[in-house]
Amino acid sequence: MGMTMAEKIIARAAGVECTKAGDIETVTLDKLMSNDGTTHLTIDMYNNKLKNPKIADVSKLVWIVDHNIPADSPKTAASQKKMRDFAKEHGITFYEGEGVCHQIMMENHVCPGELIFGADSHTCAYGALGAFGTGVGCTDYLYAMVTGTSWLLVPETIRFNLTGKLPEGVYARDLILTIIGKISANGANYKAMEFAGEGLHTLSMADRISVCNLCVEAGAKTALMEVDDIALDYLKEHGREPKACFKSDDDAVFSEVIDIDLSTIQPIVAKPHFVDNVVPASECYGVHIDEAFLGSCNNGRIEDLRAGAAVIKGKKVAPKVRFLVVPASRAVYKQAMQEGLLDIFMEAGAIVMNPNCSVCWGACQGVIGEGETLISTGTRNFKGRAGHKDSFVYLASAATVTASAIAGEITTADRV
Amino acid sequence: MGKIFRFDKDVDTDQIIASQYLLFPTIDEMKTHTFESLNSEFAAQVQPGDFVVADENFGCGSSREQAPSVLKALGVKAVIAKSFARIFYRNSINIGMPVIVSKELYDAVADGDSMELDLEKGVITANGREFSCTKLPAQMQAILDQGGLIASLNKED
Repeated sequence: MGMTMAEKIIARAAGVECTKAGDIETVTLDKLMSNDGTTHLTIDMYNNKLKNPKIADVSKLVWIVDHNIPADSPKTAASQKKMRDFAKEHGITFYEGEGVCHQIMMENHVCPGELIFGADSHTCAYGALGAFGTGVGCTDYLYAMVTGTSWLLVPETIRFNLTGKLPEGVYARDLILTIIGKISANGANYKAMEFAGEGLHTLSMADRISVCNLCVEAGAKTALMEVDDIALDYLKEHGREPKACFKSDDDAVFSEVIDIDLSTIQPIVAKPHFVDNVVPASECYGVHIDEAFLGSCNNGRIEDLRAGAAVIKGKKVAPKVRFLVVPASRAVYKQAMQEGLLDIFMEAGAIVMNPNCSVCWGACQGVIGEGETLISTGTRNFKGRAGHKDSFVYLASAATVTASAIAGEITTADRV
Repeated sequence: MGKIFRFDKDVDTDQIIASQYLLFPTIDEMKTHTFESLNSEFAAQVQPGDFVVADENFGCGSSREQAPSVLKALGVKAVIAKSFARIFYRNSINIGMPVIVSKELYDAVADGDSMELDLEKGVITANGREFSCTKLPAQMQAILDQGGLIASLNKED
């Protein structure tokens, strides 16, 4: 019987010939990413709860301070210091202030065929390079850090066959929100979401990361895309080689196969307070906004900044609206500077900030107050996600967010 | 007997413990903010041995282990839901907090009702009715029985 991509990667990591959905395998992890959202607790457990504290292979660990950087309070500073000191003491690869963890991982570490644990739910983004990334808590992370291994229930796979091409002015964000709306917030719980088909080859790496990144919002354990020339070119540009390029066998067993014609996708908005609460953007026209956010691991790449800059060039941010522009990494920031994009944003009245998670996770810069509304390219629109518990978050593409910042109300780029 | 705190479907981990508290140094400092956005009295009212009962997809969203950890630190004996998001489910077992799937309980109880849980027999009693719990996979039951993943790791060493 044939195997899916997910089954093949797990079989490789488990050192077995084959495996199938529903099996439990003991796997050796290829990389272990952790950020400042939970690492201070991992370190406390390492120091205080383990009988025999050790690190199986320090070269596999990547630690990234990205959530609250620069620190917003003495408590945050203390937790980050703990992480910084531990990383230095043990020789762990460490980034601070260089970008959002998943963007740093894509630019510098992820290779096709790898099995990667990240102490962050959006680790599923790594599927854009054909790697099995999955989010874990700090206890699972610690176990993997100490033993180099973990156990995994092999997931079933929902296969998405993509055909056609996204229309002009429609983005990967619109595609993945459409899919989440279709299958719901737990439609892929415990499952892998695999994307293949001729339509995949029309998507840029930025598009692919954006699609895979958000799959956890449908509950997915991981997201996976076949590795094609576009992925291999990206890898080569960043100085890396694939570990193994897998694709599902023709006779692989999928729990469901869903065909998506990319040419039918339209601008979409996810309304408060659930990511699957999606409607055509036009149904939200006129909704007043107080803040707009362009950034995050989902849409803070150079392609997103270009899309936003093209919309706002020569125009102004609406009075009384804060428009936050946050490149996803230092590399993206520098590229945007070279291309003059940051000048365009600043001349329009945007607030351009350092690479970090920003208001996407609602704990440091740009949080919104009681009764306020944010339109965001962030990952989530849960109640209180961006600040006060009684505030409102709408999710949309970089172009729709930027257009809304200009209008002061939700609108699409063709209307400003 | 413990008191039931009842929640709707798709309760995400941001509601269990909001982002702004995650970098506090310890779970004990975070726990007074548990469920702040949905029930600001929860942390003050919950007693050791009480239960959280929920509809589908409990614990979706972020992988923050702080979510099950604050519930455990407040003494919540178990979370019983129609279904769980996978990371929350795995995190709960890893820290030694029982998470139980019951398709029936949520619709048969109200917020503030009392219930009893016999973990060994896998039986819940509430409002004069018995409800059976779905069994954990053997791998997860073994971790839970040992008090969590770290306890089980210390045993291996």
